[in-house]
Amino acid sequence: MTSLIIGLGVILILYIFYLIFRVSNLVSIAKGRKTDRVDESNGVHAILFVVFMVISLGVFFWYSYTFFDDYTLPIASEHAVKTDSVFWITMAVTVIAFSIISIVMFIFVYKYQYKEGNRAKFYPDNHYLELTWTIIPAIVLAILIFTGLRAWNEITSPASKEAEVIEVVAQQFAWTARYPGIKDNELGKYNFKLIDPINEFGLDLSDKNSFDDFKSLELHLPKGKEVLLKIRAKDVIHSVFLPHFRVKMDAVPGMPTQFKFVATKTTQEMRDEIGNQNFNYELACTEICGRGHFSMKMPVFVHEEEEYEQWKKTQEAWLKQNPDYLKKVPAALQEAAMIKAGLQEDPGNTVAENEVK
Amino acid sequence: MATTDIHTHLDVHHHDDHSHDHEHHEGNFWTKYIFSEDHKVIGKQFLFTGIFWALIGGTLSVIFRLQLGFPDANLDWLRPILGEWITGEGKLDPEFYLALVTMHGTIMVFFVLTAGLSGTFSNFLIPLQIGARDMASGFMNMLSYWFFFLASVIMFISFFLETGPAGGGWTIYPPLSALPQAIKGSGTGMTMWLVSMALFIVSQLLGGINYITTVINLRTQGMSFTRMPLTIWSFFFTAIIGLLSFPVLFAAALLLIFDRSFGTSFYLSDIYIGGEALPHTGGSPILFQHLFWFLGHPEVYIVLLPALGISSEIIATNSRKPIFGYKAMIGSMLFIAILSFIVWAHHMFVTGMNPFLGSIFMLLTLIIAVPSAVKIFNYVTTLWKGNIRFTPAMLFSIGLVSFFLTGGITGIFLGNSAIDIQLHDTYFVVAHFHLVMGSASFFGMLAGIYHWFPKMFGRMMDNRLGAIHFWLTFVGVYLVFFPMHYIGIAGFPRRYYSWTNFDTFNGFFDLNMLVSIAAIATLAAQFIFLFNFFYSIFRGRLASTNPWYSNTLEWTTPRVPGHGNWAGPIPSVYRWPYDYSKPGAKDDYIPQHIPYSETPESNLPHENELIKLETSGEQGAIIVEGKH
Repeated sequence: MTSLIIGLGVILILYIFYLIFRVSNLVSIAKGRKTDRVDESNGVHAILFVVFMVISLGVFFWYSYTFFDDYTLPIASEHAVKTDSVFWITMAVTVIAFSIISIVMFIFVYKYQYKEGNRAKFYPDNHYLELTWTIIPAIVLAILIFTGLRAWNEITSPASKEAEVIEVVAQQFAWTARYPGIKDNELGKYNFKLIDPINEFGLDLSDKNSFDDFKSLELHLPKGKEVLLKIRAKDVIHSVFLPHFRVKMDAVPGMPTQFKFVATKTTQEMRDEIGNQNFNYELACTEICGRGHFSMKMPVFVHEEEEYEQWKKTQEAWLKQNPDYLKKVPAALQEAAMIKAGLQEDPGNTVAENEVK
Repeated sequence: MATTDIHTHLDVHHHDDHSHDHEHHEGNFWTKYIFSEDHKVIGKQFLFTGIFWALIGGTLSVIFRLQLGFPDANLDWLRPILGEWITGEGKLDPEFYLALVTMHGTIMVFFVLTAGLSGTFSNFLIPLQIGARDMASGFMNMLSYWFFFLASVIMFISFFLETGPAGGGWTIYPPLSALPQAIKGSGTGMTMWLVSMALFIVSQLLGGINYITTVINLRTQGMSFTRMPLTIWSFFFTAIIGLLSFPVLFAAALLLIFDRSFGTSFYLSDIYIGGEALPHTGGSPILFQHLFWFLGHPEVYIVLLPALGISSEIIATNSRKPIFGYKAMIGSMLFIAILSFIVWAHHMFVTGMNPFLGSIFMLLTLIIAVPSAVKIFNYVTTLWKGNIRFTPAMLFSIGLVSFFLTGGITGIFLGNSAIDIQLHDTYFVVAHFHLVMGSASFFGMLAGIYHWFPKMFGRMMDNRLGAIHFWLTFVGVYLVFFPMHYIGIAGFPRRYYSWTNFDTFNGFFDLNMLVSIAAIATLAAQFIFLFNFFYSIFRGRLASTNPWYSNTLEWTTPRVPGHGNWAGPIPSVYRWPYDYSKPGAKDDYIPQHIPYSETPESNLPHENELIKLETSGEQGAIIVEGKH
């Protein structure tokens, strides 16, 4: 019933609008058209454009200034300083250009509105002027390209040999990390054909490097040490996005990708900086991947380096958690596997471990 | 149909022509309005279909904006329309949300801004503005529309599938679009999407070949390339770009069909999904992206160039000034058209593509900013010292320049690969392309409709309603897309059903709500246009033959041009189309068909030289003319 009344009300209002339109139309016909080439409202638009320009530029600068902290993310990696500086240089250049052109355009629109008896200036071209505004943008862009290229080349240069390698695996709709394990510090081989509900990584257990690899549902990173993320996807394309670290790289099935960076602030330091003790870094998916795309999150923690090493030691190797898979290990490597996975004490290592303690 | 007639030209002002041109090909209802071969009718068919799709596309966006702006709202009231897509809790189904986003993109980019804009105005204006009786092949032109119609029907039917329409994003990246187990929309919905797009590409190619042929071959006497209006130049470039790039999308789609249906592995490799490892190996999902964007980026200019051409014409006419830098405008369009083919990989900086390739594409991409900047400066200079009339078409053209500037300038950020790392696939991108390509082109389309409505239907649209429509839409579009820049800089990813899962993106509820309200208001404002449009077709004030005092040839036709466009002979062209406010001239415009010999008071020195050609040179010259 209420929707019927609302519907009728809307129809009534629309009909009233229509009547107003008809009546004003008939009035203007009755008055007779002026032979003017423009409507009486011509000047109104000229003023409205200027009003629009003043208000919108005002709101733009006010909002950008007042809410600066809301829309900018704090920086937590080394290269982020560079990309952000390229970003803000570009911002400065473009905002200046944007403001000048907008103001000039809307002022022209206002100033050169139709005036009875006026005649526009016949001004078909001016090569010097055109050359000027071809060359100036070209020079400015060349500078922007140069700064951008320098940052890009540094960011995408190969990682150093000492970099901490961590594998991030994407699937619908979760992230898993694989760490190389403290015994050999090498990621084991994998093959998508070996994937099953338990062996989510498709670990190839004939490779001895895979024995001490461990799985984590959280991404833990050391501060101040280069990290090389090795990224892959199991089903469809996903994309690793670490907003605070300015890291983004697609995870592509069949084509491993990577991104190297250095975290510069631990989780605790960032919490103190922004004054929110509940803050956590996050990893998000930024390539449409299906129903759960919007919920594909992985918590991220950045530790001081020793703390990070400590955390790694507390993690159990994947093989230790899934000892059933020992039977997939070739017979010759069984013992090594037991030792590396931590299922069995390494007799030769006790001395060394005691030393560490 | 069109025959070539070689004959001696005797008349100074007009072609010698034959009386049978006065004949009207009446035909019955079907041949006149439905299976018509008349370019004007076909143009209108494209226009009406485009308006229909624009409404659908706009409505889809409002539905998903409801979700994004009011995440807690109960959407049960949409159940009568959307049925099971509204979940038990009165929420939008997340997969349907993706389908909405996908279909909104597909419809707007291809069906509205390609077919609706370029299809309408290329068809309607090319013969009228170059002085031709019709397109080179009326039959192919008709086929072009009907292939588009068929594509539309198939795309429309896909909305009613139980598994829903395609949902993998309008860029349909495989493997998501290849595997029905990955998302429901990749089942029958995706198949229909691909079939529909294949037909759409056929339609574009048939149309494009026709536009190019017509522009090259059927120009009237005196209409040299350097006397063509910028609209025609832009349609010409657009058709060439389309002809070169759409086949690549066709190939990409075909290989995807093979992967989906025949077990090939062009794009698929190493996939474990739904509890099993698929047999595909050796394919590359990145290959699809290269092929897709090889069309996808030129497509941006297929959408934008006609809008720029239309606005050039309208701004010159309504500023009562020649367009500033006519040749620079053509040159920049040519340069943009060429560059558009070698920048595609800037959509792929973070796909794992070789970073060196990234630097090359960054360089090429940022070069495009130069011709674009030239265009903006030329528009602004055209306004300088003009005598500006704010007709609705002019308002929308000024709006277009503003959007082109605002949206274009953010392209400098995104084209820079170092900055793109952070901004890629965030709302910053959404803001960028909706302003520069979506809204600017949409405004070009609206400007074109307001400007050429009198020629299409012989009546005027109401200026006041047009002005109200403009201001609501102009402010509305800025309110929708400008806040998205902030949301994007904050890192909010696009195609997210909701952001509340992330602490990092748990904010901007106010801005998102503002965007949604503005989107609803902007869509509502379009109904003012619809009313104005349909009302004026039947009841609008009768138009004069040249209501805007414009120079181009279409305004020399009768109020409602019949089949063949000119009742008498096709007028000859003696000057460029921008002789507005020429010093010494009687009026502030001199149409293209007025010879220099009639305007001695305003001729420039070199133009006086041309008078000789008009009188003596043409005498006895061989004229090749297409006619019926």
